[in-house]
Amino acid sequence: MSSVNPSPDCAISVRGVSKRFGQTEVLHGIDLDIAHGQVTCVIGPSGSGKSTLLRCMAFLEEATAGTILINGEPLGFGQDANGQRVRLSPQRIREVRSHIGMCFQQFNLWPHMTALGNVSEALKTARGLPKAQAEERAMAQLRKVGLEDRAGHYPSQLSGGQQQRVAIARALACEPKIMLFDEPTSSLDPELTGEVLKVMRDLAADGMTMVVVSHEIGFAASVAHRITFLDQGRLLLQGTPGEVFGKPRHPRLDQFLDTYLDRGAAMLV
Amino acid sequence: MIIDFTHIIEQLPELVRSIGVTCMIWLVGTLGAVVLGFFVTLGLRFGPWGLRWLLSTYVEVIRGTPFLIQLFLLYYGGPFIGIALDPMPAGLLGVTVYGAAYFSEIFRAGFEAVPGGHVEAAQCLGLTRAQIIWRIQVPEMTMLVLPPAINMTVILLKETAVLSIITVPELTFLMQAIGSQQYAFVEAMAVLACFYWAMVSLAGRIGNFAEKRLSKYTFSHT
Repeated sequence: MSSVNPSPDCAISVRGVSKRFGQTEVLHGIDLDIAHGQVTCVIGPSGSGKSTLLRCMAFLEEATAGTILINGEPLGFGQDANGQRVRLSPQRIREVRSHIGMCFQQFNLWPHMTALGNVSEALKTARGLPKAQAEERAMAQLRKVGLEDRAGHYPSQLSGGQQQRVAIARALACEPKIMLFDEPTSSLDPELTGEVLKVMRDLAADGMTMVVVSHEIGFAASVAHRITFLDQGRLLLQGTPGEVFGKPRHPRLDQFLDTYLDRGAAMLV
Repeated sequence: MIIDFTHIIEQLPELVRSIGVTCMIWLVGTLGAVVLGFFVTLGLRFGPWGLRWLLSTYVEVIRGTPFLIQLFLLYYGGPFIGIALDPMPAGLLGVTVYGAAYFSEIFRAGFEAVPGGHVEAAQCLGLTRAQIIWRIQVPEMTMLVLPPAINMTVILLKETAVLSIITVPELTFLMQAIGSQQYAFVEAMAVLACFYWAMVSLAGRIGNFAEKRLSKYTFSHT
């Protein structure tokens, strides 16, 4: 389905991406295309490399080999005149990365800034907007995630779900074209998970391109346009939720899903 | 032997002046040590290889030798290599250079304790390396190092007593003089101990207050 060459028309095009930590190869030549406006859920067991793949897409990990195009532009590495793989300048990396917003499992809000401070910081420093304008835009984002009344609170004064919503607002404030979510609800209880997933559903409904690494199979089945199943650093399956979750199922996926079905999520799948 | 504080009370103006000298050296020296220590940390973290080597050698030497000997070498040995300083500047320089080595280690640990994810979040949002250092890492590190930094500040106050060996007219120097002139060593040392203890308690209280005030800025997730 994916060609040898990366597709410049995609939001994200991953070709032959491998990642090695010392002796361990955690990703083996991943090929993946993500179309504009699509929600892709990456699922797989722990250690399958799904978070590493997502982190490569944000250039938080540098792929050992392969190419990643973001909106057709090479991320992190380009080619010199002789076709050698070379690292791009920090300036260029920041430019390409500005198309991407990232949300983390641990939220990673800055503790010394209020919710409003967190959301407006990059607008002021990275984008150079005047304070008033930056805070106005930040406030609009907080309103979107339903936290306008918490603007003056510090992260330590917010619940986990609220912190994650602030983190989403912070990423959205820079107007990314693509949002990456790295297990956004894994450190939240079910009730708080619900409020974060609602924000993500709204975002998907607005047509945002999203890549979500998650164990929320229910969310994956109901919101995602495409499901990608990773196992041991290889892309084992991809397709629509119907194709991937419908029967007959790949035996490895069946085995993986059993744990979820045991926990009563059968009706969602 | 009779305990008699009259000799000390008679010298009240001298006493007040020497307390002033102690406090001045302590505060100015600590401030200098914090600033110098901060730049040492930045140099160790972000500087080129040669600078890192130089700075880590400095930290090791200062931490590996007694303050008394460092000060002695600076004041009495300095003139042999062309650094002839009066007692006061020598004392201030000594406290600053000594304290900075310890503060740089405190700041280093603080930088390492800032969660890597906070830096990654900033990278993803397009902040430059300098912006990440000054807007994210330094403020977060400051909150984290407050308790050990207060501890170090208190230690530096007590270390100023060592300056008496290079004739800086601070409190310990005066008390030793009164003690030997009037044969009132016990009284002098008792007054000295009370003063340091009172100052350390006060500094500790100010520190606790600051920590409480700043606690909402410190991190807790989930």
